[in-house]
Amino acid sequence: MAKEKTIRVKVNGSERRATVEVRRNLADFLREDLELTGTHLGCEHGVCGACTVLVDGEAVRSCLMLAVQAEGHEVTTVEGLTTPDGEPGPLQQAFWDNHGMQCGFCTPGMICATAALLRENPHPTAEQIRERLSGNLCRCTGYQDIIASVLAAAAEDK
Amino acid sequence: MKAPAFDYEAPATLEEALGLLQARADDAKVLAGGQSLMPMLNMRLARPALIVDINRLPGLDYIRIAGGQLQVGALARHTAVASHPEVKKGWPVLAEAAAQIGHDAIRNRGTLAGSLAHSDPTAEHPAVLAALDGEVVVRSAKGERTLKADDFFLGYLTTALQPDELLTEVRFPALAPRTGSTFVEFAPRVGDFAVVGVAAAVTLGGDGSWQDVRLALTGVGGTPFRARQAESALKGKKPTAADIQAAAAQVAEAIEPDSDIKASARYRRHLARTLSERALTTAAERAAGQGGR
Repeated sequence: MAKEKTIRVKVNGSERRATVEVRRNLADFLREDLELTGTHLGCEHGVCGACTVLVDGEAVRSCLMLAVQAEGHEVTTVEGLTTPDGEPGPLQQAFWDNHGMQCGFCTPGMICATAALLRENPHPTAEQIRERLSGNLCRCTGYQDIIASVLAAAAEDK
Repeated sequence: MKAPAFDYEAPATLEEALGLLQARADDAKVLAGGQSLMPMLNMRLARPALIVDINRLPGLDYIRIAGGQLQVGALARHTAVASHPEVKKGWPVLAEAAAQIGHDAIRNRGTLAGSLAHSDPTAEHPAVLAALDGEVVVRSAKGERTLKADDFFLGYLTTALQPDELLTEVRFPALAPRTGSTFVEFAPRVGDFAVVGVAAAVTLGGDGSWQDVRLALTGVGGTPFRARQAESALKGKKPTAADIQAAAAQVAEAIEPDSDIKASARYRRHLARTLSERALTTAAERAAGQGGR
């Protein structure tokens, strides 16, 4: 019954290996062990959505999953949504162009949740975007520009 | 906050999982979707010495129909239940309830079985199990038993599940022909915990009268409330708006909700009445749409 475990997880396309405390959540694993600090932690109990990442392509709260549970799975964070040369990807660019952020704390979660939405439904209505992003809190923007960013990203993708 | 330290096992077989639960019954906790347990760990409301993670158990994520009965394995996620074509067709109340749980990211991890085992007083699925006369299959190293809602839900966050037991399957009987069903709830915002929710399934007879009425509420007490009085009052009659309103008013009378930070008891009664009316109306319309009158 070890309190630590060595895990292998594919993160943003590359195989990563680390020994972690079994109680470590996925968000802390990404931030502390892999130094992928794009994923933010707000409430740490599944309410704010800031820590949303993609696990096997599906949106997941990384504060509500243990790092050891990601063993053998594929995780995509906001860092994995850039272009191959590290420039902002189309979704990130749409948030930039449409002022879809102010302080930026919620943005990685918003972008990951949006990525999952657009994979399922490439051309969502504003209503569908609102419903899906209701799981991600933003205290700055009033959400209007976030909705506009997602609509713009969807319009780009013809 | 961060979770307290614990031992962790992710057994590869059901037997191994049941063995661990038997050996460590006093201080082990089962981890399935984690959407209730992980917040409790992070807030240190739960401090189990051992987490038994069942996510590596093979073949437990099934959603299947056997002999007309719907069987849902312990690892079937809300997203899978909500989007399953057979569930949407045969058990719409269940698909609709699953779709209203939390947010996308929560539904991608959370499980039907876990929701029942956790038994939050405002959770959707306990009311569905109660309304549909479903049952849970519970396994331990000693054997297996099945329990109906009345015997399974004991109180706030309390079920008949013993510490050495694992809820392995949830079963719902087939709904009779000319049955309409629905799940409606009120939450302040999409994805919030429901304040009150109602599961309804009604069957219309050949003459268009209520042949069977099943109505269960969540958010009005520690366990799901099956509105049996209101059900009996409707049976045999033809569906009319006045009767539905009377039945809904009776539901609001029969419940004994508490006041808490989210809603007063009075508001909960109001919601119970309004939502019962809506659920019965929709379910009756759906039943009629399938050839009842």
